Amino acid sequence: MATPLSLKELSKKEILFTPGHRMCAGCGAPIIVKMVLLAADYPVIASNATGCLEVSTCISDYTAWKIPWIHSAFENAAATISGVETMYRSLKKQGKINDEIKFISFGGDGGTYDIGFQSLSGAMERGHDMLYICYDNGAYMNTGIQRSSATPFGADTTTCPAGDVIPGKMQQRKDLTKIMAAHNIPYAAQASPSHWGDLMKKVRKALEIKGPKFMNVIAPCNRGWRSKTDDAITLSRLAVETCCWPLYEIENGNTKITFKPREKKPLVDFLKPQGRFKHLFTPENEWLLKEAQEQVDKNWERLLAEEACFAPKETKEKASKEQ
Amino acid sequence: MARIVAVTGNEAVAEALKQINPDVCAAYPITPQTDMMQRFAGFVSDGKVKTEIILVESEHSSMSACIGASAAGGRVITATSSQGLALMWEMLFIASGLRLPIIMPVVNRALSAPLNIHGDHSDAMGARDAGWIQLWSENTQEAYDNTIQAFRIGEHMDIRLPVIICLDGFIISHSIERIEYIEDSDVRNFVGDFKAVNPLLDIRHPVSYGPLILPDYYMEFMRAHAEPMAKVPKVVLDVAKDFEKISGRKYGLFEAYRLDDAEIGLVILNSAAGTSKDVIDEFRNKGIKAGLLKPRLYRPFPYAEVGEALKHLKAVCVLDRADAFGGSFGPVFIDIAASLYPYKERPFLINKIYGLGGRDYLPEHAALVLDELAEIVKTGKVKTFKEYIGVRE
Repeated sequence: MATPLSLKELSKKEILFTPGHRMCAGCGAPIIVKMVLLAADYPVIASNATGCLEVSTCISDYTAWKIPWIHSAFENAAATISGVETMYRSLKKQGKINDEIKFISFGGDGGTYDIGFQSLSGAMERGHDMLYICYDNGAYMNTGIQRSSATPFGADTTTCPAGDVIPGKMQQRKDLTKIMAAHNIPYAAQASPSHWGDLMKKVRKALEIKGPKFMNVIAPCNRGWRSKTDDAITLSRLAVETCCWPLYEIENGNTKITFKPREKKPLVDFLKPQGRFKHLFTPENEWLLKEAQEQVDKNWERLLAEEACFAPKETKEKASKEQ
Repeated sequence: MARIVAVTGNEAVAEALKQINPDVCAAYPITPQTDMMQRFAGFVSDGKVKTEIILVESEHSSMSACIGASAAGGRVITATSSQGLALMWEMLFIASGLRLPIIMPVVNRALSAPLNIHGDHSDAMGARDAGWIQLWSENTQEAYDNTIQAFRIGEHMDIRLPVIICLDGFIISHSIERIEYIEDSDVRNFVGDFKAVNPLLDIRHPVSYGPLILPDYYMEFMRAHAEPMAKVPKVVLDVAKDFEKISGRKYGLFEAYRLDDAEIGLVILNSAAGTSKDVIDEFRNKGIKAGLLKPRLYRPFPYAEVGEALKHLKAVCVLDRADAFGGSFGPVFIDIAASLYPYKERPFLINKIYGLGGRDYLPEHAALVLDELAEIVKTGKVKTFKEYIGVRE
C-alpha cells in the first residue's frame, strides 16, 4: 500500500537524504530531493550529475544518501543510470535479483539542459525505465553563477553580467520540459517545491509508469538569485503564480495544467525580490521587463491552448457551450 | 577439442565475448570496430547470449553506461576505436578510479586530423595512463586469447581494474586468419562467475560511488590505485599459466623472439611484430644475431622484466606506430629507455616512427632498421636517434 501523501503519514517515513550535507542554507535542491525520496514507496537507486547537489552530499568519508547512489561525471547522469537500470534488467532476467527497484537521476540545469542534454536525450529515446529529475536553478551555481541555457531572459550572471551595453542574458530559456515531451516519453512534468503535494503526486505517478520519465523542478538558489536565504519556497511559489514556471504534466502526449492560479500575478512580483533582475528596474531597461512579461504571457497562453487541445471531448464541448 | 576456423579479428573477439556471455554490453559504431559489435548484437538478437545490450548515442555515454552497469554489479563489455576512445577519455579515468573491471577491445586506429580510419596506435597511446590495464595482440589468435584472459585479470580480487585489449585496425580486425577457438565450456569455466564488489543493486547495503575527495585524501586514493597496478604482472602470468592448460598456448608479459643471444633487436607492438619476425629469421640465416621483443602487457609496463630481457643487447630500435608530439620520442621508446636506464651497460637505443594512418610496414623496413643497428654496433656511432620511416620527406 502506498503511503498516503499526508504530512502525518509522510512524517513517519525514514528520510533517505540525511541532514548534515553541505548544501547552502536555504537551497531549494535538497528540499526537492527529500520530497522525491519521500514520495517513492519503492527502493530507489540514484545517479547524480556533477554539481552542487553532488559535491555537497558525498564528500568522502561522508554521504548524505541512505540509498545506493552513483556520481560519475557532469554530462552523463542519464547514461550512467541507464547502465545501472540495464544491469538490473539483465540480472532480473537471469533470476539473480527479485526486488522491485526504481531508478532516478538528479541533475542541475547545466548538467541537464546543456552538457548532459545528449546523454539525457539518448537515455529517453532508448526507453530505460527511469525518472530523470532536473533541479533547475537557472545557472551554473556550483561553479559561481555562470549562464546556462536555463537562465531566464534578462538575468544577470557572472558570464552574462548586466553591463553598460548588454543588460544581462538576452536569450529566452530553452523549454526543456517540452523538448523532453517531444521524445514521446510516457510522462514529462514541471513541478515546484512550493507545491509539495503536486510535486510528490507527480513523482509517485511517474514511478508507476514504465519507461522513461522526466521532471523539471524549479530550485531557488539564494546565492545565484541574490535573494533572501529563507525565500526558496516563497520565490518558487511566485514563479508558479506568475505563470513563468507553470505546473503541468504531459502524459502520453496529453497536456494537463495541474495548478492554475486564481489570479495570474505580474512577473515583476517574481523578479523584484531577486538581485539578479535588479538592473531591469531602471527606466532604460523598462522594455526588458515588458518583453519578459510578454514571453511569459505567450507561453502561458500556448500552454492553455495545448491543454484545451488534449482535453477530454466532453470537457471541450462543455467549454464551447459556456462560450 | 579446439575448433579450427578462418575468421577476422573482429569475428574472433566477438566470438570470445559470446563465449564469456557478459551481463551488459554498451555499443556505439565506429570503424573499424563496428563489425565486432554488429556481430555481438546479432548474438543478442538470436538469443545466443543472456546479455542486455545498450545501443548508446555516443562513446561518452557508452563508457558512462558501462560504469553504471559495472557499479550495479555485473560483467560489462564495450568496444571502441580511435575518436571513440578519445571521446571516452574523461570516462576512462572514472572507470578505473571507481575500480570497475570493464573489458574493452580497442581496434587500434589513427586519430584525426586529418581524418583517417586505418591502423595506428595513437588512440590507445592516448589512453595509456588512464589507469586501465592494456594487453596488445599481434594477430587474431592473440586478440581472441587476450580477450578471454582479460576478464580473469581485470576481475581478479587483488586487481579490480578495467582492461583494454588492443588489436590493429583492418590489418587484424578485417583480415581472415586461421585460428583455434576454445570450447565454450572451457572458456566459461576458465573465466568463472562474476563476483560483484559493493554492487549498487544490493539495496540492503546502500553504497555511494564517486564521492568528492579533496586534498586531505585525494592523494591517498591515487596511491591506493597504484597498489593493484603493481600486482598486475603477477596476475597476468598466473592467468596465462591457467590459460595454457585450456589452450596449449603460452603467454607472458611480452614475447622475446630469438632474444637470448641477440646482439641487435627490435621492440615493436602488435601486427608489425609478425612481419619483423620473418625478417629476423632471414638475418639469423645470414648469421646476424637479431632478436625481437613484443610487449603484451603494455600498462602497467613491466619495466624491470623488459630491462632484464634487453640489457645484454648492443643496439635496439624501438618502433612506434604513434608519435608523442613534443616529447621527442615515441611512447614505446620512452618506456624502453626507462627500462634500460638502471643498467650501466646498456644497448644503443634508437627510435623509428612507422605505419601511421595505415601506412604499410614492409619487410624491407625491418631489414633497413636491422642493417642500421648492425652498423651502429660496428661503428659505435648513432646517426639519428629518432626518425620517421616509410615516409615521403
